[in-house]
Amino acid sequence: MYECFCEVREKMTGLQSIILRLINSFGLNVRLFFMTLLFSLPLGLFIAFGSMSRFKPVAWLTKTIVWIIRGTPLMLQVLIIYFAPGLLNLGSPWGSGASARFTAATFAFVINYACYFSEIYRGGIQGIPVGQTEAGQVLGMTKLQIFFRVTLLQVIKRILPSMANEIITLVKDTSLARIISIKEIIMMAQEYTARGLIWPLFSTGLFFLAFVGVLTLLFNHLEKKLEYFKA
Amino acid sequence: MPILQVENIYKEFGKLEVLKGISFSLDKGKTLAIIGSSGSGKTTLLRCLNLLERPDQGIICVNHEIIFDAEDKAVQREAQIRKNRLNFGLVFQSFNLFAQYTVLKNITLASELLAMGEKNRGKSSAVHQRIKEEAYELLAQMGLSDKADAYPHMLSGGQQQRVAIARALALKPQILCFDEPTSALDPELTGEVLRVVRELADKKTTMLIVTHEMAFARDVADHVIFMDEGLIVEEGTPAQVITSPREERTRQFLSRFSNEP
Ligand SMILES: Nc1ncnc2c1ncn2[C@@H]1O[C@H](COP(=O)(O)OP(=O)(O)O)[C@@H](O)[C@H]1O
Ligand SMILES: [Mg+2]
Repeated sequence: MYECFCEVREKMTGLQSIILRLINSFGLNVRLFFMTLLFSLPLGLFIAFGSMSRFKPVAWLTKTIVWIIRGTPLMLQVLIIYFAPGLLNLGSPWGSGASARFTAATFAFVINYACYFSEIYRGGIQGIPVGQTEAGQVLGMTKLQIFFRVTLLQVIKRILPSMANEIITLVKDTSLARIISIKEIIMMAQEYTARGLIWPLFSTGLFFLAFVGVLTLLFNHLEKKLEYFKA
Repeated sequence: MPILQVENIYKEFGKLEVLKGISFSLDKGKTLAIIGSSGSGKTTLLRCLNLLERPDQGIICVNHEIIFDAEDKAVQREAQIRKNRLNFGLVFQSFNLFAQYTVLKNITLASELLAMGEKNRGKSSAVHQRIKEEAYELLAQMGLSDKADAYPHMLSGGQQQRVAIARALALKPQILCFDEPTSALDPELTGEVLRVVRELADKKTTMLIVTHEMAFARDVADHVIFMDEGLIVEEGTPAQVITSPREERTRQFLSRFSNEP
């Protein structure tokens, strides 16, 4: 009787500790997600302006970079960015250990997503009727004023659905970081799979679903908020 | 005394010569109508005056001050261009109201930004109050007092165009330009726009109107210019140009409107 109780207790703590470890490792996915957004959202804007530059070499160079980044797998980019400096004897810009791997992964993700965002931005900006800009010009507004006071919100409204798509993809892409041994949630769950325990791996899906669910609600809310005007 | 003098404006897009030496002047308080078939360069001329395009040659003077000279790089600096633009207002064919702002904000935005840029912003709330009051006055003048808080997409084309006129007037331009202000409108909505333009003419607003409304041009304009292929073919009073044109090309153009009332 007592033995049996003990067994149940052991199973319970085992369950708890597995869940805790999964939650902890999902923290890495979430951190990678937010760090990537933090840097790639603004960087994408610079890349978008680069690709629209009237100075042809800049536009050409930017478009080539975007083509290369969008044309190759993110997983490969993570590997190259992490290993290339060492292989090329360039020292170790990422430092060492787990935090180094995380920095390298963040770097790769930022570049990759900035390129995707830049194309969405570019489409959004070019889709705004020139009349909006010209109306601002005629009213004596500066280029920056026109961008921030007139164009930007209209661009945001236009690109919100495609940005939502891309950002939801990012949530799931974060698990690619395991390719350089970052112990994100799927890598963590696979350790249990190796020991014959399969449910932790399946349960990781719930983490992603919950996170994506929250984001979806957030984006729906934003879209609603911008419904007051038509552009 | 002319408030606007335009001398020998040339403009080409690539190989296409669109303006081939346009010169005219406009007196303060007068209304000038520019007529001519599609593609003759009327829009390009208005865009040159508003410095949305830089003429390849020519001089533009407002109040005897050179605001553009193709030979003089100093007047072509971005900040200078921006300042000189304020001599003109432009009402577009397609309204171009700022989609995310209310009617009131559309009218006040540019004035507020200009006031912010000025050095002494000590009494800024008073300045903003005054800008708002003036906007309400303009709206009343346009017959749109009840639309101050509406967004552009809620308005009819005629209402949008009247807001656009109020927005242009808010900056108190020396010369107000219209580029076919009624040609994007359903026929039953042109009247309300033409009425406010007529009222502005009665108040001696200096205006330059590109239009296909011949009856309106004949009634309201003090002076008419007929353009064809980038040149001024004929100009004079409406009676001369529209009622009894001398040039064959003018007659041909006007014959297309002869079935108008
Ligand atoms: N930005 C531009 N680039 C190239 N061609 C242009 C441009 N703007 C106008 N054009 C050409 O210039 C000519 C005159 O156009 P426009 O000034 O719009 O005439 P209108 O207003 O009298 O109809 C047209 O042939 C038009 O296609
Ligand atoms: Mg035109």
